[in-house]
Amino acid sequence: MQDANNLKNTPLLGEHINLKARMAPFAGWNMPIQYEGIIAEHNHTRAGASLFDICHMGEFYVEGGARETGLDAIFSFSIDEIPLKKCRYGAMLNEKGGIMDDLIVYRIAKNEWMIVVNSATIDKDAAHIRRHLKKGADFKDRSAELAKIDLQGPLSRDVLTELVAPAAGKLGYYTFDFFDVLGENIIISRTGYTGELGYELYISAGKAVALWRLLLGDKRVRPAGLGARDTLRLEMGYSLYGQDVNEDTSPLEAGLERFIDLNGDFIGRDALVGQKKKGVKRKLVAFKSDSRKAPRHHYSIMKDDKEIGSVTSGSFAPSLGCGIGMGYVAAPYAREGEGILIKSGRNEIGAVITQRPFYKNGSARVK
Amino acid sequence: MDIPKNLFYTKEHEWALIEGNKARVGITDHAQSRLGDITYVELPAEGKEVKQFEMMASVESVKAASEVYAPLSGKLVSVNSALQASPETVNSSPYKDGWMAIIEIKDESEKAALMDCEKYRKYLESAAE
Repeated sequence: MQDANNLKNTPLLGEHINLKARMAPFAGWNMPIQYEGIIAEHNHTRAGASLFDICHMGEFYVEGGARETGLDAIFSFSIDEIPLKKCRYGAMLNEKGGIMDDLIVYRIAKNEWMIVVNSATIDKDAAHIRRHLKKGADFKDRSAELAKIDLQGPLSRDVLTELVAPAAGKLGYYTFDFFDVLGENIIISRTGYTGELGYELYISAGKAVALWRLLLGDKRVRPAGLGARDTLRLEMGYSLYGQDVNEDTSPLEAGLERFIDLNGDFIGRDALVGQKKKGVKRKLVAFKSDSRKAPRHHYSIMKDDKEIGSVTSGSFAPSLGCGIGMGYVAAPYAREGEGILIKSGRNEIGAVITQRPFYKNGSARVK
Repeated sequence: MDIPKNLFYTKEHEWALIEGNKARVGITDHAQSRLGDITYVELPAEGKEVKQFEMMASVESVKAASEVYAPLSGKLVSVNSALQASPETVNSSPYKDGWMAIIEIKDESEKAALMDCEKYRKYLESAAE
């Protein structure tokens, strides 16, 4: 579905309009940014359970042997080493070691995978994967037919097991399984982008409204928009594709080395090995303002009157009560505790480079 | 959208309550609603001289930073320093507790460059189209 502005709509558009969401374009999609307000939605996700429309993201299904089909070489880690019914976060790189996308791979069966990718990169990713797959692989882009709804927050497990799938309570962090929901056998994974205990549900687009209404019918659950999703992920120090990472940044610069298996054989590996030997020139760092003033995308990062980098993500952090941000700085300055100045015109914000995550009380990994 | 009858308005969505030679000023309900949750208000020092339609203060919301312009020229005889600790007051009470400054009006004729509530309502409607 496309509207006059050429924006794509999710199957939940009517729900958002009824809920009086503020809609705005995001990566070519008409998405809900907020309902009652970003801070209220943020706080409710940290304390209760929030429902997010994430239907814009892409889902690919691939069948075939990991190594024989060349699928294994497309990712920064060996997908053949993922245990069954587990998910793994990683990246797809170009030959230069730049990040084409960050994504999550689900191992459904020995020779079957689901790959969940960012919305803006669906077509590019699909073309890249198709180009590198050898004969014998079956690739399907199921993005349009699958809806993705995220339930996130410390109460999400209670809600999910009581309303949707009693057996899903057993899922451990970064695992998934199939559950019978609304007459369909769907994937539910214990994953998310908020730092809280949470689940991502993949259901056919035709059932999206019914699942959304079922979950929102519980008084513990409230809708949350992309505004809160952004402050929640930034407090965790998670990168946003297209903003903190892109084709010109490498996982070594972005602090994603733990998601890369340099002993493996994958596209972009040689470039990364070279970078590692020489050392990277800039690094993604996280910083905290000394006030409520927020760093913003494209603001300069200064040290002793010298520009040492620029901000890629920044916001007021509702759970911390101060401004926070991330950005690339020249490697020698990428040290915890380093004082910096964030600058845009006359606006100056004192900040200190700090550890990720900013927010340390998230429930994502609770037993 | 709340647009009180007794105020004057700017195109940048500030309001002024004119009482004698003083004007209490702030941002409109429309402005606070578009900004969303306000997280920071930077106020000028008391005693500062401001010029009509020039920057007077700045506000930040979760999503954006934006400037507040003086509806009238004059000296700032008072600023609402309570907003530093509770900037969200601008969201909950843009025309009352969320006021930003009181200006001692220098030139009454500048009032002609402001809109009354009817004009501001029409201005908002035309901007929405």
